[in-house]
Amino acid sequence: MKLPSALRITLYIWMGIGLAILYIPLLLIVLNSFNSSRTFGFPPTGFTIEWWQRAVSSSGALSALGTSVLAGVCAMLIALALGTMAAFAVQRYTFFGRTTISFLVVLPITLPGIVTGIALNATFVQVLGPFGVALGLATVIIGHATFCIVIVYNNVQARLRRMGTSLEEASSDLGANGWQSFWRVTFPGVRGALVAGAVLAFALSFDEIVVTTFTAGPAIQTLPLWIFSNLFRPNQAPVVNVVAAVLAVAAVVPVWLAQRFSGDSTTSRV
Amino acid sequence: MAADQGLAPTRSSSYLSTRPKARLALLLSVPLLWLVVMYLGSIVVMLVSAFWTVDSFTGAVVQTFTLDNIVRLFTDPLYGTVALRTILVAVGVTLIDVVIAVPMALFISKVASPRARVALLVAVTTPLWASYLVKAYAWRILLAPNGPLAFVTGGNTPGYGLPATVITLAYLWLPYMIIPVYAGFDRVSDSLVEASFDLGAGAWRTVRSITLPLVFPAIAAGSIFTFSLTLGDYIAVGIVGGKTQLLANLIYGQLVTANNQPFAAALSLIPLAAIILYLFAMRRTGALENV
Amino acid sequence: MRRMFRTAGAGAAVVLAAALALSGCSSNSTPGATQAEPPKRTMASSVGSGEGQLNLIAWAGYTEDGSNDKTVDWVHPFEAQTGCTVHTTYGATSDDMVQLMRTGQYDGVSASGDATLRLIYAGDVAPVNTKLVPNYKTISSFLKNGNWNSVNGQMYGIPHGWGANLLMYTPSVVTPAPTSWSAVFDDASKYEGKVTAYDSPIYIADAALYLKSSDPSLGITDPYSLTTKQLDAAVALLKKQNASVGEYWSDYTKAVQAFESGTSVVGTTWQVIANLINSDATVKVETVVPKEGVTGWSDTWMISSKSKHPNCMYKWMNYIASPSVNAQVTEWYGEAPAQTLACAEMSDPNFCADYHATDEAYAAKIHYWTTPTKQCVDGKGDNCTSYTDWVNAWQRIRG
Repeated sequence: MKLPSALRITLYIWMGIGLAILYIPLLLIVLNSFNSSRTFGFPPTGFTIEWWQRAVSSSGALSALGTSVLAGVCAMLIALALGTMAAFAVQRYTFFGRTTISFLVVLPITLPGIVTGIALNATFVQVLGPFGVALGLATVIIGHATFCIVIVYNNVQARLRRMGTSLEEASSDLGANGWQSFWRVTFPGVRGALVAGAVLAFALSFDEIVVTTFTAGPAIQTLPLWIFSNLFRPNQAPVVNVVAAVLAVAAVVPVWLAQRFSGDSTTSRV
Repeated sequence: MAADQGLAPTRSSSYLSTRPKARLALLLSVPLLWLVVMYLGSIVVMLVSAFWTVDSFTGAVVQTFTLDNIVRLFTDPLYGTVALRTILVAVGVTLIDVVIAVPMALFISKVASPRARVALLVAVTTPLWASYLVKAYAWRILLAPNGPLAFVTGGNTPGYGLPATVITLAYLWLPYMIIPVYAGFDRVSDSLVEASFDLGAGAWRTVRSITLPLVFPAIAAGSIFTFSLTLGDYIAVGIVGGKTQLLANLIYGQLVTANNQPFAAALSLIPLAAIILYLFAMRRTGALENV
Repeated sequence: MRRMFRTAGAGAAVVLAAALALSGCSSNSTPGATQAEPPKRTMASSVGSGEGQLNLIAWAGYTEDGSNDKTVDWVHPFEAQTGCTVHTTYGATSDDMVQLMRTGQYDGVSASGDATLRLIYAGDVAPVNTKLVPNYKTISSFLKNGNWNSVNGQMYGIPHGWGANLLMYTPSVVTPAPTSWSAVFDDASKYEGKVTAYDSPIYIADAALYLKSSDPSLGITDPYSLTTKQLDAAVALLKKQNASVGEYWSDYTKAVQAFESGTSVVGTTWQVIANLINSDATVKVETVVPKEGVTGWSDTWMISSKSKHPNCMYKWMNYIASPSVNAQVTEWYGEAPAQTLACAEMSDPNFCADYHATDEAYAAKIHYWTTPTKQCVDGKGDNCTSYTDWVNAWQRIRG
C-alpha cells in the first residue's frame, strides 16, 4: 500500500526496534546456554557445551515435555470441539442470550490466572474432592481447555462471519443434507481457522504456569513446572536455559505451519 | 440471521437436520455445560467461600457466613495499597504495549509484502513459545547492575523493582497485543487509508482520524490481555521486582503459605472486580468481538 | 522448590493441641522430658525380603534417579540391590507431604521439622526400630532423639541431612566482617538497597533470634514461640530492615545471581549458595555463624504406619543413611550429611568441614525450623502466635 515515505521510514525503524526488543532476551538465553557460569553470570565466564550435553540426557525434562505435550494436545482437542460448537451456534443461529455466550467464552482468559486457578482449585478440592476427584493431569487439562476455548471460538467465529451463509445455502439447494453441507462446504472453509486456533491454544497451554500450579497434582510435572522446580535445584539453571533455547527455536515450525495453513492470516487471533 | 435457520431444509431424513432448535441445543449444550458448570460454577464456589472462614485451630474451612474477610480487605490499608499498585502496574504495562505494538502491527499489515508479512507474524508469535520463566530470568540478567544494559548505557539501569516489573511484564505480554491489533489493521481497507492521503490528509491525521478509530476495538481487545495477565502474575515480580509485591503475591501467600483459602478467595475478588469492570467498559468499544 | 518454607501451622496445631490437652502434659523442648504420647503404632521387629515396590514422598533432589542429571543417580543402584522399584512423588511443601501421607498410599517420606510432629501425633508414621537400620549407629549424635524426630526417647525416623541459615557477605564491600545479625537488622542502613533476606514468613524467626539477645526485655526464649507482643517487635524490626532490602530471595539461582551481580552484598543464605558463588569466582563471599546463633533445617526419613512395603522402606532408610549414598545425596543437594562416615566418601574432601557436618558445637547453635502454633512449640503455654499470624505479618512487612 502507498504510504507517505516519512511514515514508512518511521514504521520501518519502529518495526526494527520492536523486533530487537522481542529478540534480545531470546538471544541472551541462547548465549547463556553456552555460558560456563551456573547461574547466568554476566559477562559470561567462559564457553561450554556441558549444559547442552546434560540437557540432552535429562530424561526429567523429556518426560515433562511429554506431559506438557499430552496436556496441550488434550486441552487443544477439547477446546477445538467446544469452541467450534459455540462458534457455530452463535454465528448460524439466533437465540436469546447470544451475546452473553461471547462474554462467557471470553471470561476464562480475561480473568487473571490466579483467580481462575484458585476458583478451579477450590472446586476440585473442596466440592469434587469428597467424590473422589484428586488433582492430577486431568484437572490440568480441564483448566487449560477452559481458557483455550475462546481462542478456537474467536478464530472460527470470525471465519464463519466472513464466509457468510451463501455457500452453505447453495449446497443445500443442490440437495446436500446438513452433514454433507458441513463436511464438504463449511468445514473446508473453516479448516484454516481451526488450525490457527489449535496451534495458539496449544501454545497457550504449553507455557501456562499459574493455573497449572493450582490444578496439577503433586506427581504431575509439565514443562513449565519442571523448569520452575529446576531453578530451585543447584546446578540445574543452565540446563533450563538450554531447554528454553531449544523451545524458542523449535517453535518456529508450528507457528509457521499455522500461518501457512490458516491461509489468510487475519484469522490468527490470540 | 434468522434465515440461517433454514440452512438444512426438511429434505434430510436425519432428526437433527430437520430440527434446527434441536441442533442448536446440541451445539450449545456441551460448551455451555462446560463453561457454566465447570467454570462459572468454580467462580461461584470461590465467591461463596470468600464469605467463609478458617478455624484458627483446625485449619479447616468453616462454612458459616461471615463478612470478616471482606471487612479486612477494606480496613487493613495493606490490601488497598497493594491493589492500587497492581492496577497501576497493569495500566503501565498496557500503555507500553500499545505504544510498541500499534506501529508494529501497522507495519506488518500495511507496509510489509505478503511474504514478509507471514515471516513477521511468525517472528512476533515465536517468543510466546520460549518459556515464560526463562524469559523473565533473561530480563533479570539484562537489568542486573553489571548486566548487558548497564554495560551499554554506562551503568544506567532501573535495577530491580517496580520499573523492572513493568518492563518485564510489558515484554512478556507484547505478542498478545500485537496479534489482535494486527488483525484490526488488516480489516481496515487499504483504499480507505489511501483515500485519506489522496484527499490531502497528512500521515498523522490519517492515522488519528481514520485508522485508530477503526482499530480501537482491537487495541481494547489486546489491552484486556495485557491488563488481566498482569493482574494475575506473581512469578515475574518475584524474579525482577526487588522487594515489590503485587496482589497475586498476597493471594498466593494466603492460599499456599497460610492455607487460608477463604481469605485468598476474598482477595481475588479485587482482580475479579477490576477485570469485570474493565470488560464492561471495553464491551462498548466492541473489544470482546476482537479478542 | 525445597526449602520454600510454606506450610499451614494450623493443621499441626490441632493435632498437637488435642494430644497435649488430652494427656494434660506440656510438650517440652528438652529431649528426655516427658512428651505427650502419640497414638500407638506397631514398630517393625525384623526386616524380611523386599516387597518389590517402594512409594516415597520426597523433596525434589532427595531421590535422584538420573532423570535430571544422568550422573546423579542413587535410586537405580538401590533398585538393583534390593529389587524394590522406587516411585517418588515430590512434595512441594510440607503440607503436601502431610496430606499425601494421610492417604496411606505411601511407604515413607523425607519429612522436615515442620511436618514430623504432625505426622507422629496423627499416627500417620510408625516408630522406627533403629536396631534394624545398621547405619543408624554412626548418625551424628546431635541428630538423634531430637524433639522434632522423636517422642520420649523413641525415634520416629532416620535423620537425612541438615543445614543452617547463615549470614553471607561480600568482604570487599562489607567491612569490618560482621559477627552479629545486627549487620542485616540494626545496621542494615549501612548497605541500603543491598541487603537481602529470605522470602518467607519463617524468616521472622531470624529476627526473633536476633531480638532474643539484642532486646532481652522482650523475654524471647524460642524464636518459634512468640507472643503477640514479641511478634510485633520482630515485625517492627523487619519493617525497618525492609527499607534497606534490595530484594528478597527464595531460590538458589536468584540468590547466587544477586550476589554475583552486586545486587546484594549482605544477607541470609545457605552454605550451598556461598559455595556456588565462590566456585563461579566472579565475586568472593564469606559466611559466618553470627554470635546470636542461626536458624536451620533438619530432615528425617519416616515410615508410614500403613506402609504396604515396610521391608523395602527399612532397606531404603538404611540405604540412604549409608556413608556413600548419604555422601552423594547431601553433597549434590548442598547440606550437611547426617551420617558421620559420609565425610570420608565425599568427592570434595573439604565438604564436611565446609558444612560443619560433625561439628557438635556448631550444630548446637542451630534453632531448627518448626511451625509456630498457638500452643507454644517450646511448651511454655498456649498464647503464642500461629503460622497464619506469621504469614499475615510477613505480608505487612513486605508492604
